[in-house]
Amino acid sequence: MEKKQQLHRQVVMMRQSLFDQGYVDDQFVQLEELQDDTNPNFVEEIVTLYYRDSARLISSIEQALERSPLDFDKLDNLMHQFRGSSSSIGARKVKAECTQFGEHCVGGNGEGCMRSFQRMKREYSALRKKLEAYFQVARQAGPMDTASRSN
Amino acid sequence: MGWGERYDDAGEEVREVHVLAVDDNFVDRKVIERLLRSSACKATVVESGRRALQLLGMDEEMKGCCDLHGSQPKVDMVITDYCMPGMTGYELLKRIKESSALREIPVVVTSSEGIVARINRCMDQGAEEFLLKPVKLSDVKRLKDNMKRREAQPRKESRASAARKRNLEDEDSFAGPSSSSSTTSSPVSHGDRPLI
Repeated sequence: MEKKQQLHRQVVMMRQSLFDQGYVDDQFVQLEELQDDTNPNFVEEIVTLYYRDSARLISSIEQALERSPLDFDKLDNLMHQFRGSSSSIGARKVKAECTQFGEHCVGGNGEGCMRSFQRMKREYSALRKKLEAYFQVARQAGPMDTASRSN
Repeated sequence: MGWGERYDDAGEEVREVHVLAVDDNFVDRKVIERLLRSSACKATVVESGRRALQLLGMDEEMKGCCDLHGSQPKVDMVITDYCMPGMTGYELLKRIKESSALREIPVVVTSSEGIVARINRCMDQGAEEFLLKPVKLSDVKRLKDNMKRREAQPRKESRASAARKRNLEDEDSFAGPSSSSSTTSSPVSHGDRPLI
């Protein structure tokens, strides 16, 4: 019983830290609200889909960044799609880097694009680790009433 | 075909609102599908405007609707992303509004960018609303409520006139046809976001 309570407390703290540290925004809460008895793991599922689906986009951007000269329209287009997905899961920092990248595309700033891309990848990885750890503990803790989850 | 037949308290059949969602982004399709189903809507989600038109019964040349003996599912609303390869959401909107068979279907356009020219273009073409992505549960709820209110109007009128005949108080205020669009004053949602 004690262990369960500890786990629940840990889940609450980990979740709070996702917001406090700016990893996720309100969209994450929106996704949580879509969870119910028939879809209890929706957030984890959608995050998993996101990482799976965006891998190829990131790879395409990487390849496009190796071209010379850079095709800024293509880069902007690819990043726009990736930004959209990131926004849909509430990935706040990742989305911010995507926006920066987009601005560098508009400005034709290749160096800026490369820097943004590297930063984006770091945020993308960091978020993944945070979320994986969070989901793991959440699964261990089991279902909690929403009151103890509230912000 | 399992349209989720349900019955209200009066024993009348209540059909689920059927929304056709169009988005080329895989994650967004999953989210909108869940959003719609969470809101007790029947959701059909496709990845292109072309596919959407096919489902709506437009023939291959996209010229007119062929009635496949009424086997098309009745779509109550279309929610489409603006930026899509091939046929954009705007083009899909235009096709729907230019079709005599489909023009009554409300079309909501979603976009990650609130570009004023884009919004105006869509609203001028007859879009129901222009929503900033990500779409929220409250957006879907509002769209659904607007739809139901519009659909219920003819029924309300006949119930009201029946009630008047019986001299009973009718609490529902049924508005006239001119107020069917409740969104003309502020078609863009997520009001605190700046429009570029």
